[in-house]
Amino acid sequence: MAQRGAAQRSNDPVPLPGKIPISLVVNGVETALKVAPWTTLLDALRDNLELTGTKKGCDHGQCGACTVLVDGRRVNSCLTLAVMKDGARVTTVEGLATKDALHPLQQAFIDHDAFQCGYCTPGQLCSAAGLIAEGNAKTPDQIRELMSGNLCRCGAYPNIVAAIQQAMGTNS
Amino acid sequence: MIPFHYARANDVADAVRMISADPAAKFIAGGTNLVDLMKENVERPSRLIDISRLPLDTIEPTADGGLRIGALVPNSDLAYHPLVEQRYPLLASAILAGASAQLRNMASTGGNLLQRTRCAYFYDTVTPCNKREPGSGCSAIGGINRIHAILGTSENCIATHPSDMCVALAALDARVRVTGPAGERAMAFDDFHRLPGDTPQTDTNLLPDEIVTAIELPALGFADNYSYLKIRDRLSYAFALVSIAAALELEGGAIKQARLALGGVAHKPWRNTAAEAALRGQRADQASFSRAADILLRDAKGYEHNAFKIELARRGIIRTLTQAAQATPQSQYDKKIR
Ligand SMILES: Cc1cc2nc3c(=O)[nH]c(=O)nc-3n(C[C@H](O)[C@H](O)[C@H](O)COP(=O)(O)OP(=O)(O)OC[C@H]3O[C@@H](n4cnc5c(N)ncnc54)[C@H](O)[C@@H]3O)c2cc1C
Ligand code: SF4
Ligand code: FES
Ligand code: FES
Repeated sequence: MAQRGAAQRSNDPVPLPGKIPISLVVNGVETALKVAPWTTLLDALRDNLELTGTKKGCDHGQCGACTVLVDGRRVNSCLTLAVMKDGARVTTVEGLATKDALHPLQQAFIDHDAFQCGYCTPGQLCSAAGLIAEGNAKTPDQIRELMSGNLCRCGAYPNIVAAIQQAMGTNS
Repeated sequence: MIPFHYARANDVADAVRMISADPAAKFIAGGTNLVDLMKENVERPSRLIDISRLPLDTIEPTADGGLRIGALVPNSDLAYHPLVEQRYPLLASAILAGASAQLRNMASTGGNLLQRTRCAYFYDTVTPCNKREPGSGCSAIGGINRIHAILGTSENCIATHPSDMCVALAALDARVRVTGPAGERAMAFDDFHRLPGDTPQTDTNLLPDEIVTAIELPALGFADNYSYLKIRDRLSYAFALVSIAAALELEGGAIKQARLALGGVAHKPWRNTAAEAALRGQRADQASFSRAADILLRDAKGYEHNAFKIELARRGIIRTLTQAAQATPQSQYDKKIR
């Protein structure tokens, strides 16, 4: 039997489905929005909610620039359909700091000069926050491997690892 | 992405009903493969049926001493589950060799089985590809085929199945539980994925109106002597050129049972029971490992850019079996191959 997929779809245009109302708790704020089924969480954050801290690098899961935390877990928002996350808690780079203090990771990135252009940094920060919450990285090798989903074209990797170690309290 | 409708399934029966009603609909779980392919217009479903909230997210021991893994368990939860770490470390290791931490948080067990090939022509809608458009031809056979298959190919398609997790599941003799309109059935792992033959558009033997509900592992987990070695172009976050899952049960210096499966070399996770049989009763040494590699690769066929995979696989098999025999499994953190 044939596989489900492109071959079975007729060429008739699908009547445009309407936008679907969803609610998200974004950086602690209950937020109602309407999204098309194909709107990614990344596009919803950047275009609907104007939270442009989260970056679009590849849009295909290959670079990590779009990393955010959904219900506390780091994910690629470019491959996440917003409509599927109705009711979820989302934390973006804008939600890491408190009113009067940077997040320890943000401070550590500054202390260790863990960026050049900064384009990958929001994704690195959210990914590192997820990494620390997961608790599976103890050694620099483990940090490197478990951060491998975040590319940095400026090559700030050694300083990123040092910054994460500082935030984890594992370097002297 | 072209427009499509969205609906959420409330339970498994609901999901099966919804998929049966619309032949151009697709399930979506983690979305890491499907959303990517939809952005490329390779997959063009009329409707997505969201199964991500179905209660198929548990890992439970079975009565016969095995493990039942729900189809929606995220890859990362599976890899770090204490029972998997203790009893099926080969599976944990293979999962951690794949994708990235973020993607593993999203990717589901069922979706991992059904992920599609990474053949670049399959992704590129302006080139002929029998898998994407049956009858249009295969651009890879006479094109750039460095990442393609060396075993079980056909004149219609030489694509590989890209999963790491599935290579371990093949070696561990898993079963796949599925539900369709006629009820439930179970498939041996080896029967789940297909060879391309003359219908490369069909990756698996899952019927169009069936849903994967769980994977079952038998009691035997080879926790003492196993290794998963993945060889790729960069040390992390890249698909396998060749990967090897090896598991041994040793008695004295002799092999009581062996399992051997390869990834990155065929249209399906490539388990070879003849090579396993040849290892049984032998000493766990270089000579018997080398014989097993020769048996497994007997019918291997290289194309213009991927013939190197045959020798790479041969050496990889010997190395991985050695790691398994010495109880020094490949670390997925320290990338040195010892
Ligand atoms: C950049 C990148 C790198 C990657 N690297 C690796 C790697 O190194 N190794 C590796 O193994 N994988 C890798 N992957 C692939 C990843 O593991 C898969 O995309 C993932 O496992 C798919 O699971 P999902 O839940 O996201 O599937 P989805 O994208 O939701 O679905 C995939 C397919 O499965 C079908 N489906 C899903 N669940 C079910 C079900 N229960 N029953 C029936 N059909 C179902 C869907 O209809 C769809 O056709 C990589 C992916 C990306 C994007
Ligand atoms: S190898 Fe298979 S997937 Fe790749 S172009 Fe040929 S037919 Fe398409
Ligand atoms: S933009 Fe999401 S991974 Fe690159
Ligand atoms: S700082 Fe420029 S990409 Fe990382």
